[in-house]
Amino acid sequence: MIYAEILAGGKGTRMGNVSMPKQFLPLNDKPIIIHTIEKFLLNDQFEKIIIASPREWINYTNDIINKFIDKRDRLVVIEGGEDRNGTIMNGIKYVEDTFGLFHDDIIVTHDSVRPFITHRIIEENIQYGLEFGAVDTVISAIDTIVESEDGESISNIPVRDFMYQGQTPQTFNMKMLKEHYYSLSSEQKAILSDACKICVLKGEKVKLVTGEVFNIKITTPYDLKVANAIIQESINHD
Amino acid sequence: MINQVYRLVSPRQFEVTYQDFSLKSDMIVVRPTHLSICNADQRYYTGSRGKEAMAKKLPMALIHEGIGKVVYDPKGEFANGTKVVMVPNDPTEEDPFIAENYLRSSRFRSSGYDGFMQDYVFLNRDRLVEIPENMNPFVAAFTELITIAMHSITRFESRSHVRRNTFGVWGDGNLGFIMSLILKKKYPESKVISFGKTQYKLDRFSFVDETYLIDDIPESVKIDHAFECVGGLGSQYAINQSIDLIVPEGSISILGVSEYPVEINTRMVLEKGITMIGSSRSGRADFQNTVNLYKEFPDIVDYFSTLIGEVQTVTSIQSIIEAFEKDLTASWGKTIMEWKI
Repeated sequence: MIYAEILAGGKGTRMGNVSMPKQFLPLNDKPIIIHTIEKFLLNDQFEKIIIASPREWINYTNDIINKFIDKRDRLVVIEGGEDRNGTIMNGIKYVEDTFGLFHDDIIVTHDSVRPFITHRIIEENIQYGLEFGAVDTVISAIDTIVESEDGESISNIPVRDFMYQGQTPQTFNMKMLKEHYYSLSSEQKAILSDACKICVLKGEKVKLVTGEVFNIKITTPYDLKVANAIIQESINHD
Repeated sequence: MINQVYRLVSPRQFEVTYQDFSLKSDMIVVRPTHLSICNADQRYYTGSRGKEAMAKKLPMALIHEGIGKVVYDPKGEFANGTKVVMVPNDPTEEDPFIAENYLRSSRFRSSGYDGFMQDYVFLNRDRLVEIPENMNPFVAAFTELITIAMHSITRFESRSHVRRNTFGVWGDGNLGFIMSLILKKKYPESKVISFGKTQYKLDRFSFVDETYLIDDIPESVKIDHAFECVGGLGSQYAINQSIDLIVPEGSISILGVSEYPVEINTRMVLEKGITMIGSSRSGRADFQNTVNLYKEFPDIVDYFSTLIGEVQTVTSIQSIIEAFEKDLTASWGKTIMEWKI
């Protein structure tokens, strides 16, 4: 079975002084997360689309889904975890408790604040997720990446041709990820904030899917302005 | 939902734009799977439509020939995954005498209004027709072109006299091929003669009774009704040649689009009492008739499959450009984009 998990566990401290987490802010008069959920709803390969929300925002998430989406039988809202990986694990636990966990089951995890995702990116995540067991969505690094260990001076400048910027979705064979995650110590869990990194450290091959420059993550007021601007620009052209 | 729309912004240049659509509407959502390039798209792509038309119509998503699968039907009448052909004509009113494709108020995709080059296409309920599940998708992709021939035959049948011993079809391109083939299937007792300019193209018309190069037609050749599938400046020669060969009171159906006005020998049109039938685009009924034709004559789909030219898998804007460039250099057949962007 193929599942999707929309990660909306964070409370978005980077968005500044706003009254609610960033995924609920309006993008062209509709909450960002609704745009994202709708794109996943149009893919009929998903058995269930799990939306992981902070506990205190679960009711609100359900309310806006009811308001904006008519057919919600494939959607379920669950409670997110302490951190990103904890949230993914809660999604896997939901699947295990509800449907059982089987050998080929995969989960396509996606940031709720990346509403510009395309059909192709989702399709390729599913295709390679089934084939390789772990997938990361990336674009070639545009800027030169500079590494500094002390934050004062450069310790290394990696070759740009080998550098990519990570986006989402990230897709995993659920059994594999669960096994690796629970084999980590709590110190390791604290450091390994990216689920793909867990797979890499455990020797799994993580397949790359090409993202899109416009598959942006809306985390700052600037991003939200950009996102609204590019939608408005298209409207004005019609 | 934010929908990506891949628009032509100037000759040979596409850009992605974003449109907000709501699933809370009556529209059916279709994911395009196979799109077919038409000459009309190429005229925009290469910029040969002329400055004024380009300025007025761009930016615009191209392509009005294509199939897809239903991914969302708010009423649940179409199951998810149902394969459908999309109807590019979009009427805004009904008229008891004027068909939907002739109403000046109708919108037509890839002609002033976004075509099918989108992540998802939002369609009114009557703008899609289910196709047979196991049908060759590369043929189904250019169903719209086949509906053009079907539509003109419907018009011909209601406007011409019923002595239909001999048909003449001018044009050895894709539309001429389709027209000749459908006439032969629908009128197996009638003689179908195809007229063209290029021998190797005419050689593909294996199913017709006779083929002639337009500068080498025996004097004895006479036709009851003609179909012009040439277009451009060549349509002038084709129409005048058909006027010469036609038996009085016959009909000439004109399908070829020309950017410029063409001169016609009206004296002979009058003397022979010829009925000229203009025909453009098609409507929903023609799509349904065409799908019925596929079911009635399964072998016709195999004939059509010989029209599949280049097939290009599209995953990026660069591969869209490659498809259009390949199509420009192809001498025969349709270029199909497997839409995986």
